[in-house]
Amino acid sequence: MGLHKTPYRGLAGWFDSRMPSLMNAFRVHMSEYYAPKNFNFWYFFGSMALVVLVIQLLSGMFLAMHYKPDSNLAFWSVEFIMREVSGGWFIRYMHSTGASFFFIVVYLHMFRGLLYGSYRTPREVIWLVGCVIFMALMAESFFGYLLPWGQMSYWGAQVIINLFDSIPLVGPDLSTWIRGDFVIGDATLNRFFALHACVLPLVLLGLAVAHIFALHDVGSNNPDGVEIKERLGADGRPLDGIPFHPYYTVHDIYGLAFFFLAYFGIIFFAPELGGVFLEGNNFIPADPLQTPQHIAPLWYFTPYYSILRATTEGFLIWIAACAVGLGALVYFSVRDWRLRAGVAVGTAIVLALLTVPKVQLDAKLWGVILSGASAMILFAMPWLDRSPVKSMRYRPAWHRLALGAFVAAFLVLGYLGMLPPNPLRTAIAQIATAIYFGFFALMPWWSRLGEFKAVPDRVRFVAH
Amino acid sequence: MKPMGITGFWCVALVLSCCLLGPALFPRDALAQETVLDHWPSERANDRAALQRGAKLFVNYCLNCHSANQMRWNRLRDIGIDEAQIRAQLIFGEQKVGDTMTVAMSPRDAKNWFGKAPPDLSVIVRARNTAEHRGTDYLYTLLRGFYRDRSTLTGWNNLVYPNIAMPNILWHRQGPRVATLTRTESEEAPSAGGKVSSTTQLVRIVSVYDADGYAQVTKTKAEHGSPGLEVAFAPSNEKAAAAFNDDVADLVAFLNWMSEPTAAARMKIGVWVMGFLLVFLLVARWLNAVFWRNIK
Repeated sequence: MGLHKTPYRGLAGWFDSRMPSLMNAFRVHMSEYYAPKNFNFWYFFGSMALVVLVIQLLSGMFLAMHYKPDSNLAFWSVEFIMREVSGGWFIRYMHSTGASFFFIVVYLHMFRGLLYGSYRTPREVIWLVGCVIFMALMAESFFGYLLPWGQMSYWGAQVIINLFDSIPLVGPDLSTWIRGDFVIGDATLNRFFALHACVLPLVLLGLAVAHIFALHDVGSNNPDGVEIKERLGADGRPLDGIPFHPYYTVHDIYGLAFFFLAYFGIIFFAPELGGVFLEGNNFIPADPLQTPQHIAPLWYFTPYYSILRATTEGFLIWIAACAVGLGALVYFSVRDWRLRAGVAVGTAIVLALLTVPKVQLDAKLWGVILSGASAMILFAMPWLDRSPVKSMRYRPAWHRLALGAFVAAFLVLGYLGMLPPNPLRTAIAQIATAIYFGFFALMPWWSRLGEFKAVPDRVRFVAH
Repeated sequence: MKPMGITGFWCVALVLSCCLLGPALFPRDALAQETVLDHWPSERANDRAALQRGAKLFVNYCLNCHSANQMRWNRLRDIGIDEAQIRAQLIFGEQKVGDTMTVAMSPRDAKNWFGKAPPDLSVIVRARNTAEHRGTDYLYTLLRGFYRDRSTLTGWNNLVYPNIAMPNILWHRQGPRVATLTRTESEEAPSAGGKVSSTTQLVRIVSVYDADGYAQVTKTKAEHGSPGLEVAFAPSNEKAAAAFNDDVADLVAFLNWMSEPTAAARMKIGVWVMGFLLVFLLVARWLNAVFWRNIK
């Protein structure tokens, strides 16, 4: 009859004999995807991020049914959702809290990667796709934050779009092109809505699928950094692997229960979270004629914002010194004369752009470059890390301190970014910026140093 | 869940320590230096009698210049005022109970008269929340912080919001008051021979505003103390002033309720959601344990 042969019975069998790819996908990605059995706490956040994505898509869809992307109506349409749409406040808080939780979950997920070397061969593509997801997520939240059309929405977007002004030659035209107007206005709001509600969700979904496909092609890393595919049993399955479904589905549901307690706890009892998730200033309609005293982005952007502000005129000379030091280090670490020449020329150019009058770029532009680089540098992780083992478990103890110092610098930058600047805070932010970049820039050298422990053949696992 | 390895421990410890260190290292800065706000009695947040009195004051005093465009009259049913009462006692114009609380004054006129259009009050409490203070405390102190001052356009000034465009609309409930503002600040010390000196000295400027708003300012050299502002009010009618504090507390309770009318329902549902999630957690934990029993 031309039907596909199927092992399933009933409805599943009927379906499978007509569209085998569906059950096949389930097998490949769920019931016969073998994941290491020693996942720990840090491995909850991948699937959690997917759940948050779905929450944001669904709640966003319902918000879009009542939201009006019009500069005269936007602010009050959000308030209309909060009051007049039945259950509207719940949907809105799900979305606003979900945005912050997306970043919490993604930051923890990325930290896991740094901790266990999940970006190392053969998982570079997974990591790169993940970095693109992170960029898309930042764009998505930036566009979305304008939509409530409050004072913070307006002036936050103003500050960020004005950054493009500092790009030589094309800057002012570029920022006008982004805004669609000479000031942020209706045109900006409309295009941000289109990008936030249509383009970037599709991009994020596509990238998430690519991220998972890339993962399932090479298999998951684990806290021991052991490749489980190198130890196969008689049946050709990894000895230390267990089917993702049902073992990790039930495991992740258990983790989700904790996540939901925190997430819904905030939605129902502290949706503003003292101004961290929803700022007071954003309950004032956008007013292009009145600049707020203190403009800060939402908490998840503050580390980069801090780096931007820390790059002052006086900091450029320090950056120049670091650039020369790094250039020298690279110069003497490579052997090939062509590479050496390239490094020398590159360092000279950077030095000129930092210090030589007339050629020099201004501090604001360097701030933009550095804060951009602070996020983009993640792309280089697979090639920066030269340690002979993947997992922090088998690396020298002081490597943990290096990672800890990086995390501390990130948190300090994030905290300072929420506050108005003063000389002391700027100085601290500059030190934290140095630690942040030092962690990455010196990684090719420090990650090789110290005594590494022997990595076992099999994963360490204690039965529950 | 497996016990966290030494790696996890290190990281969590480090992260926690810097989370704790961070705020300790950086005390509140000068920008946050403002008048110390009085605490609004928050137990009135869900007190129906207070909310209803607040609604009455709001409609009688605020809703002439300020609108509450997002607030429907019949939403007042949520605080126990029925539609007949709303129609008879609260709506003064031609509006219907299903309408929102709008005002006749146009923003353009308002700008001419006051220099600034009065903001819509639908979400005003939430709009005044900052990292330093709660919006309710701010409004509670603001509305009680007016004093007569002949030097301003309206004849009123305010402690929390100096040179505020809004006059003290509730003044006759409060009665006249004498305000004494004691400002301690450092200024350049005068030096002999007209030379510019770099030393500073502390001075105390006492401004006494009488009930008609005429100020008497005296400036003396202060021996000790730190820069700041101290305020004392002397009401001529103690009883009225005390009743006025009560009025403002009720009014702020209403503004607070109006900023998020669903807040009480939200908390109530939240308790059930948390209960459900705890059960869900236990079931998920059990399910996880049952499946993972096989994994050796």
